[in-house]
Amino acid sequence: MGKPITIGIADLNVGRDNDTLVTYALGSCVGICLYDAEKKIGGLAHIMLPSSKEASSPTDNLRRYADTGITELIKVMNLKGASVSKMTAKIAGGAQMFSVSSSIFNIGERNVNSVKQILNNFKIRILADETGSNFGRTVFFHTENGIMEIRAATKPTLMR
Amino acid sequence: MGIKNVDQLQDMHLDVLKEIGNIGSGNAASALAGLLNCETDITVPVVKLLDFDDAVSFVGGPENIVIGMLVDIHGEISGMMLYILQHSFASRMTSSIFGTEIEDIFNMNEMETSFISEVGNILSASYINALSSLTGLAIDISVPNMTVDMAGAILSVPAIHFARIGNKVLFIDDCFLLGDKNNKIKSNMILVPEMGALETLFSKLGVEL
Repeated sequence: MGKPITIGIADLNVGRDNDTLVTYALGSCVGICLYDAEKKIGGLAHIMLPSSKEASSPTDNLRRYADTGITELIKVMNLKGASVSKMTAKIAGGAQMFSVSSSIFNIGERNVNSVKQILNNFKIRILADETGSNFGRTVFFHTENGIMEIRAATKPTLMR
Repeated sequence: MGIKNVDQLQDMHLDVLKEIGNIGSGNAASALAGLLNCETDITVPVVKLLDFDDAVSFVGGPENIVIGMLVDIHGEISGMMLYILQHSFASRMTSSIFGTEIEDIFNMNEMETSFISEVGNILSASYINALSSLTGLAIDISVPNMTVDMAGAILSVPAIHFARIGNKVLFIDDCFLLGDKNNKIKSNMILVPEMGALETLFSKLGVEL
């Protein structure tokens, strides 16, 4: 295993074979791992908000939003040789970090709903769903086998 | 020109916020001195606009475990404030008042939780009082909502809020000196004004945008 490829907030990247993609400390953001098992090509996007309709300007970073972020990830994976009809998804994050009931604070849930909707539009099946609750998660995605590894502060590591 | 976005703030605006921060932190230091029953001083706070990633490294990296306290601001201006307290800061506070450090930050007892929450309350009220008395704006705050988790996950809350109005976060770095001058503890605050709040704030202070 080489050095993991780190994906920051509102960013995405693609790896293949024995690459590992990682995104640290997802809170209400959602990490979307897409995988073409045949080609062993995997991609990871770290989105912050449900929809690019919330963009404040046309020059906005479109990787922030679930709709445009996932669309771009699929595009980048296609360029590397993956095909959308072969892709499966694993998702994590979308927590509610503070227990305050206000529209901004259920952003995690809105992100997750939007991600599921968009994956459904692309007919991409969700094989693992580690979303919700109230804690942060770090996601490692191994493109060798499509395993999503979840690390949290007070929980045992999960392999999905 | 209207200011809609924290990215557009100039040095002059940051200086104003720094001054408010200075007064607020001074108030906070005296209030903490009363609570902790020891001499408490504060250095001039550092106020800056930081990218999300820089803010995260500033508080120890994405997976560093910290205490986050979120305070909702409403009234004539609205927004939120987030305090990031390091374990060492919290332990210094509890040991000066209870004589014990926080053993397990994830399982703080009721006394520790309520005490740390009170510290958050004092810090935020001091800052908001300074803001309110300088501007004459009526501003209310909620009690702090506390969580302990990875810094990156906690900071994503203001980052998401900010994403709608800018790419950077307004970061205030406070350095308190407890008892003797060598005993420094740091707290970090992130201020998230709603769109329009900055305009209201600066126009009340007569600062041109």
